Amino acid sequence: MPRKLSNPFSTSTMPPSEKAVERRPSQSKANRLAGFFSSKSKDQQTAQHAVPSPPISPSPSPLPTISLSAANGGELNTDETPTTLFEPPSADEAKRQQRRDAQFGPLLSPGHLYVSAHQGEPLEAPVEDEPPYYVVLTTYISYLLLIAFGHARDFFGKRFGDKKRYQSLKVSNGYAPLSDDFDSFYVRRLKRRLDDCFARPTSGVPGRYITIIDRKSDDFNLSYKFTGTYTETLNLSSYNYLGFAQSEGPCADAVEECVRKSGISYASPRADAGTSDLALEVEREVAQFVGKPAAMVFSMGFVTNAGTFPALVSKGCLIISDELNHASIRIGARLSGAVIRSFKHNNMEDLERKLREAISQGQPRTHRPWKKILVAVEGLYSMEGTMVDLPGVLALKKKYKFFLYVDEAHSIGALGPRGRGVCDYFGIDPAEVDVLMGTLTKAFGANGGYIAGEKHIIDALRISNPATVLGESPTPFVLMQILSSLRVITGEVAPGQGEERLQRLAFNSRYLRLGLKRLGFIVYGHDDSPIIPIVLYNPAKMPAFSHEMLKRKISVVVVGYPATPLISSRARFCVSAAHNKDDMDRILAACDEVGDILQLKYSTGIAGGQEPLPEGVTPEMEKEWRRASGLEGVIKPPRWRLEDVIARGVQDAKEKLR
Amino acid sequence: MDLHEVQAHLNVWLQDAAVTFQKVPGSAVLIRYVRSSYQNDPVRSAIELVLVIFFIRYLMAPSYSTSKQNYVKLTEDEIDELVGEWTPEPLVAPLAAHEQAELDKLPVIVGPTGPKSKLANGKTVTNLASYNFYNFNANEQIKEKAIQTLRTYGVGPCGPPQFYGTQDVHLKTEADIASYLGTEGCIFYAHSFSTISSVIPSFCKRGDIIVADRGVNLSIRRGLELSRSNIKWYNHNDLEDLEQMMRKVAKEQAVKKLTRRFIVTEALFETTGEINNLPKLIELKEKYKFRLILDETWSFGVLGRTGRGLTEAQNVDPTQVDMIVGSLAGPLCAGGGFCAGSKDVVEHQKVTSTAYTFSAAPSAMLAVTASESINLLQSNPEILLQCRENIRLMRAQLDPRSDWVVCTSAPENPVMLLVFKPEVVKARRLSVEDQERLMQECVDEALANGVLITRLKSLPILHHSSILKDGAAHSVAPALKVCVTSALSKKDVEKAGVTIRHAITKVMTRKTNNKLGVPAA
Ligand SMILES: Cc1ncc(COP(=O)(O)O)c(C=O)c1O
Repeated sequence: MPRKLSNPFSTSTMPPSEKAVERRPSQSKANRLAGFFSSKSKDQQTAQHAVPSPPISPSPSPLPTISLSAANGGELNTDETPTTLFEPPSADEAKRQQRRDAQFGPLLSPGHLYVSAHQGEPLEAPVEDEPPYYVVLTTYISYLLLIAFGHARDFFGKRFGDKKRYQSLKVSNGYAPLSDDFDSFYVRRLKRRLDDCFARPTSGVPGRYITIIDRKSDDFNLSYKFTGTYTETLNLSSYNYLGFAQSEGPCADAVEECVRKSGISYASPRADAGTSDLALEVEREVAQFVGKPAAMVFSMGFVTNAGTFPALVSKGCLIISDELNHASIRIGARLSGAVIRSFKHNNMEDLERKLREAISQGQPRTHRPWKKILVAVEGLYSMEGTMVDLPGVLALKKKYKFFLYVDEAHSIGALGPRGRGVCDYFGIDPAEVDVLMGTLTKAFGANGGYIAGEKHIIDALRISNPATVLGESPTPFVLMQILSSLRVITGEVAPGQGEERLQRLAFNSRYLRLGLKRLGFIVYGHDDSPIIPIVLYNPAKMPAFSHEMLKRKISVVVVGYPATPLISSRARFCVSAAHNKDDMDRILAACDEVGDILQLKYSTGIAGGQEPLPEGVTPEMEKEWRRASGLEGVIKPPRWRLEDVIARGVQDAKEKLR
Repeated sequence: MDLHEVQAHLNVWLQDAAVTFQKVPGSAVLIRYVRSSYQNDPVRSAIELVLVIFFIRYLMAPSYSTSKQNYVKLTEDEIDELVGEWTPEPLVAPLAAHEQAELDKLPVIVGPTGPKSKLANGKTVTNLASYNFYNFNANEQIKEKAIQTLRTYGVGPCGPPQFYGTQDVHLKTEADIASYLGTEGCIFYAHSFSTISSVIPSFCKRGDIIVADRGVNLSIRRGLELSRSNIKWYNHNDLEDLEQMMRKVAKEQAVKKLTRRFIVTEALFETTGEINNLPKLIELKEKYKFRLILDETWSFGVLGRTGRGLTEAQNVDPTQVDMIVGSLAGPLCAGGGFCAGSKDVVEHQKVTSTAYTFSAAPSAMLAVTASESINLLQSNPEILLQCRENIRLMRAQLDPRSDWVVCTSAPENPVMLLVFKPEVVKARRLSVEDQERLMQECVDEALANGVLITRLKSLPILHHSSILKDGAAHSVAPALKVCVTSALSKKDVEKAGVTIRHAITKVMTRKTNNKLGVPAA
């Protein structure tokens, strides 16, 4: 049962226990804060344990499995030296172990691993399943109703409603309203209805589990009140791909030491006095990791894009950008002054068409040839779960001589047998891509971004990229987190652990994706992608899905229009190496139930989830077998029973998904 | 088939159509409307019909594309040939010699930054180049807090604020900043440089009017560019000019639809160090109904008795400023930026500000550090006094005593910007490039004598389109940047000041540089 906690946001009223914390009179405020923090973390620990254990509880397995998975480097192994004498773990030790497991789950079997790599054949766009017509229709009707209602309420509200609430929509005191039409309408009339699914405040490490601070609203999401309780949920929302969101283990230890040694900040941009030997070391290691001669790091991923495009291209240049590229790329492109065109998501024919037109027509009006053309793509698309068709893009690059910029925000660490992103995944020499960008916010559990490329490119960027010349430099502890997590991935620190993390992530991704398809959900994206969106369609199902999952103590992200096309609102699962198979099964069980309650199982089977082939029929023989048994072209909508999904999942996830 | 039959068929078909049409709900109304209006005014119906046809045609028309306007039709072979012939420019231009030199000379700090910093070449120097004004970086209490936070939250929140990236510590930092400043709310961004670039376009849209100071920094310029608003520039720090501009705007708008209007300016200017006149700004803004976006990046934690910034220093109620943007990455030694204002202002940004919604939340450790630093400033305002005393000492060594440079910064500004005296520039006919080069030599000379200073890095801003377009009207003067810190003793400050002064003199009296002074004819 969740315990009552003091409101963490008030510094003025302290519960009695904190008042008792000894304090020196001169620095009373600081000490009260100190008390606040230390007691809070204690409270929170207890809160975490007070939460009822999930239905399928993770067994902290002291069994002789290959348990690198406690993610604790060498230290843990010394703790766990096998002793023949049975010694029950002390209460303290058990608590600590449980805390560790809440951040990074133990691996249940060495069979739950898979190597993420491309299998050679050309990358096909994933099959996109379509829902029945009535779903499309009701979705449009839902939006129509929402919009009609919204406008009606605004119309009457502005005239007869509560003056104060509608004040901000009208000209008042000579000022035009702060936000206009669409923005404000969207926020008030559409988003507000599911506002409680967004920006849920959390506490503690966003690891395998995430602690949500419970809140409730008495006025339809206009304002929230904290109820004082916490809920520990299974975390499928954070971009914690490799499970480096941890407060202990080799990375956290290195970070602590770094804070003690170097403090919190360099308090200066890189071009003044913010360049440190640590930053240069991180840059060397990042460059080596991604396979480029040089790299530079930034304190934010967004500004890495927003600052780099203007430094690479300018007026007279052309940027051809995938239509689903991230906002930071679009902002950077706009700031560059270059002409921007977009091509259909991951569609190589369309890209080629755009390239042919651009090169042959030259610049608008003058027909002068373009100075240069930069094609910008993402490695892994965070809303779709699709991977860039890198071999396809590179084939075009040879012919059309454009420069290629790949944003690996989500793919670095998450794809490839060695976690080195899309190039690694497709087995392509990184030298073929001109600029590799990535963020360190996701897989590395740190903050910031990097740019990697030829040395002369990076040197030029160091001089001209405003985000390095004028923006703040990455802080020492963030650099240390990057460095230490990088070294875990490469195996320099805690050998074996990095590899295990990569393979766990790949296995979990495929296992969950296959399971969801078999249960009957429409799932977007490529098979090896750790981002797994399932499509919900009706806008009302977004909050419903989110609430139902939260009831089952699972936190998920739901996204709808305008982040996605109007019709395809979705829920997104971000799988992590910190999860284990039990967690995946827990999600499958929850989705199975919720899918039935909300009627989400729409798939027709064209996108996968088929019955397994009978004994003795191999995938190569499938065509023949189908012909022989008269099953040609017969596709059954998959609606597997949960037990079957779980029973066959481990084995089937490691083969070609069908 | 004879004509009769055809006519009969047609009749039947027409009747069928009429019946079906009448079955459509609402058709009766339409028919009645057409009939009655026709009776009253046939011309009107005709016009309406034309309008309807035009509307349908408009809807059916292929979407208008500017690029097709002078499209040249080419065969596939011709296209292939053009593709074969096209050679792009290299992705980046090779570095100029002075740029390469600048890169090679970049100081590299080993270990912590502080008033005395160790460099990679083994020397320990007096660091007057970082914004570590109060040396909070060495504060043990802050470090302890940060480590406690690390052990509870880890390093990164691994997600954007809207998607479970908001942690209780972030909310607490926001509340702390808001109550420190005295505003209703506050929003915490992950990156200070990107904050105002994102705040401006989240409020200012196409058609809105922004009046901005000609001297604003690059972050603001980027924000203005992204906003697509109608931007009018007033002369740097010239509030008379601002008023004229505002009066004009108000007059123009009196007959048009009211749009949002904004003033965008800085409290302490990044490129000149000068201070703004907030009471006057407030007076103007209220008179002409503009909203004020004030960039306090360089004044938050610096000005005022407890460091709350320009509002505190000039006794202005902070709620009168619509948006206060500040940095937590400078003297506060944390990271990220914030925008403080009313609840509406904050809520609006949570959905529409790109750098907030599309970027991961800042590390919990930075949030806690920011709260802690603010707390320190509030409870020990004497740190600020100490810093100001050091500024005074440093200034006394440089400004009145140097024959070559003057300090343009306000007296309370720990970032002292030193520019060449106008007579020096004139006598020696120094171009901007010459000045930049001389400044760099001064920096090198000071460093050789154990004092690390830097110069205003104006290249990115000079290359920004807003300057290029507006080039004649405003330029950024090359300047040396000396950042004073409270953590140095009186003796150290004076010594460093003497070193810098001598370095400047030495550079300016060097034979090679002196030649510049010889008039050309
Ligand atoms: C493709 C892409 N690029 C850049 C970013 C921004 O990175 P950061 O969160 O570190 O600012 C993101 C994050 O959401 C992203 O998805």
